[in-house]
Amino acid sequence: MHSRTAILVAALAGLHVILLFAGFVAPYDPATQDRELPYAPPTRLHFEDASGFHLRPFVYASMRVLDGDQAGSYQEDQTHAFPVQFLLHGSSYKLLGLHETTLHLFGVVEPARILVLGTDGYGRDEFSRVLFGGQISVAAGITATFIALLAGGILGSVAGYYGRWIDESLMGVTELFLSLPWLYFLLGVRAFLPLHLSALHTFFLLTGVIGLIGWARPARLVRGIVLSSRNRNYVLAARGFGASDFYILWRHVIPEAFGVLLTQAALLVPQYIAAEVTLSFFGLGVSEPVPSWGNMLSALEQYSVLVAYGWLLAPAGALIITSVLYGYLADALHSG
Amino acid sequence: MSYIARRLARAVLLLIGVSALCFLFTEMAPGTFFDEMRMNPQISPETISALRARYGLNQPLLVRYGRWVKSALHSDLGYSIAYNVPVAPLLWSRAENTLVLTITTLLLTWLISVPLGVWAASRRGGLLDRSVTLLSSFLISVPELVIAIGLLAAVVRWRILPVGGMRSADFEDLSTSGKLQDFLLHLALPAVILVLCETAVIVRHVRASVLEVLDAPYVQAACGFGIKSGRVLFRHVLPVAANPAISLLGFSLAGLLSGSMMVEVVCGWPGLGPLMLEATLSRDLYLVIGGIMFSSLFTLGGGLIADIMLLALDPRIRREAADAQ
Repeated sequence: MHSRTAILVAALAGLHVILLFAGFVAPYDPATQDRELPYAPPTRLHFEDASGFHLRPFVYASMRVLDGDQAGSYQEDQTHAFPVQFLLHGSSYKLLGLHETTLHLFGVVEPARILVLGTDGYGRDEFSRVLFGGQISVAAGITATFIALLAGGILGSVAGYYGRWIDESLMGVTELFLSLPWLYFLLGVRAFLPLHLSALHTFFLLTGVIGLIGWARPARLVRGIVLSSRNRNYVLAARGFGASDFYILWRHVIPEAFGVLLTQAALLVPQYIAAEVTLSFFGLGVSEPVPSWGNMLSALEQYSVLVAYGWLLAPAGALIITSVLYGYLADALHSG
Repeated sequence: MSYIARRLARAVLLLIGVSALCFLFTEMAPGTFFDEMRMNPQISPETISALRARYGLNQPLLVRYGRWVKSALHSDLGYSIAYNVPVAPLLWSRAENTLVLTITTLLLTWLISVPLGVWAASRRGGLLDRSVTLLSSFLISVPELVIAIGLLAAVVRWRILPVGGMRSADFEDLSTSGKLQDFLLHLALPAVILVLCETAVIVRHVRASVLEVLDAPYVQAACGFGIKSGRVLFRHVLPVAANPAISLLGFSLAGLLSGSMMVEVVCGWPGLGPLMLEATLSRDLYLVIGGIMFSSLFTLGGGLIADIMLLALDPRIRREAADAQ
């Protein structure tokens, strides 16, 4: 059981490190458009050419062939081979938002391009956008979870510890929040806030709103734990020795709630990532040109795009991987 | 009876709470529907303030809330600014479609997940049990939006079903049976998406609650007396295991309505979801509040039905209700 948890934690850590270093892993800038390459399919890696087999894979430059079709189709220009290079210099970005650099994990020399997941309708590299979009979506999920757990933890322990009318009124409010369909509520709260905001504002607003709506369930859980631990002998003993309320909450009750909160976090993060993705998909969240998995997926609302350019489903794939890893981690933590 | 009355009173109290909460949020809102108009040089500021006054947006919070409650009692739920009609009839015409979709989903989900969950639990550790557990834990993890887009892509790609709306363009020319068939075909995709998402959750809970009862001492005793396993399962296990499953029915409604809203938008099903999204984008205040009220009404109504079913099926609850009197 523990080795399974360890594997899941390692995989999740790897995923987050990749997203954290998105600028380094991604070969291109996520916002740079290339009007010559709309809806280009993923670049094929080659190992063999006329002169035989090469250990280092190479790619060919894509040529757009315009036929009657609007987007046109693509062919490989096989006159020049461009070997895939590692640690080469390309577009500039800020590593971790601090250090300006141009170093990328891999890439090819211009004019060829290595498009791992093709391009979107503006010729932007989908792979780079999935990585940068993941930064936004996953960070939103984690921040919202933090807000929900913090608010739920505080209110839940207050309700459980002080009991009586404080408990009753707080639990009444949680019931209110739990009996509402969250997506309607989320949309409602979003409707009362300004639609057009800067990306940073939107981010904090979204996470705040999601966390605000989500505090009720953790609050109930924490309340239950506090209620049961309040009458434990060691807590009664501590109180007998004259320990303050705050001391008992901090020293005895919260550590007991910690494990439950951790499991709850593993459950909530993917849900809140999905909430951000859904809102951005609806056009109510993070807006262009900043990528998020949600606003990337909204390009698929046109059925023709959905059918013809399958690689644009990539953010959905990334979302599945992230959610399933978190979901299994929550399972593993829950069953100990 | 007073048990049901108490439940009903609580539901009404919750509805009042929801509406109060909505109005509190509107107070915090910085802009209104008319902000877009302000950008338009053809509309004078006087017109806008006259419109604001007409819709009562310049009144203090309590006055607005009072007016809204009055309008709600007349079953109007306020006035939609974008559509220029009372909110409730507008919402109701769409809510019917949402109800058709969600009730179909509920029926199918329970028809599938109860037998599947019971079967999996009664053969614990078997091939079926393990595959049900594995598949459901995978489907629970995958966000509903991804399942919806994935299935939509497959359906559009291979032209399996019609997509978008709830009837074909030539609907009026079809015969009665043709109309029904056309309607069912349009219903199929959103319903299948929702059933898939819901079944994954419900089957797990049904399985867990049956397993819990199977482990109870009195079931072990019944088995020890040599009562046939089929009789034990149907006579002694299922009636007891039904309680948590029915409570779950009440709890799962809020999730189902949220999922339904998302699926409606993705598949173009003309339910409450697309209307609510539109109202949010145009900041049609009372329509948004009305949408929230409708969705909570359905959730609480469903919860009430679950409560009544519990009362009818579980003697323990009847006893509790009688004791409380």
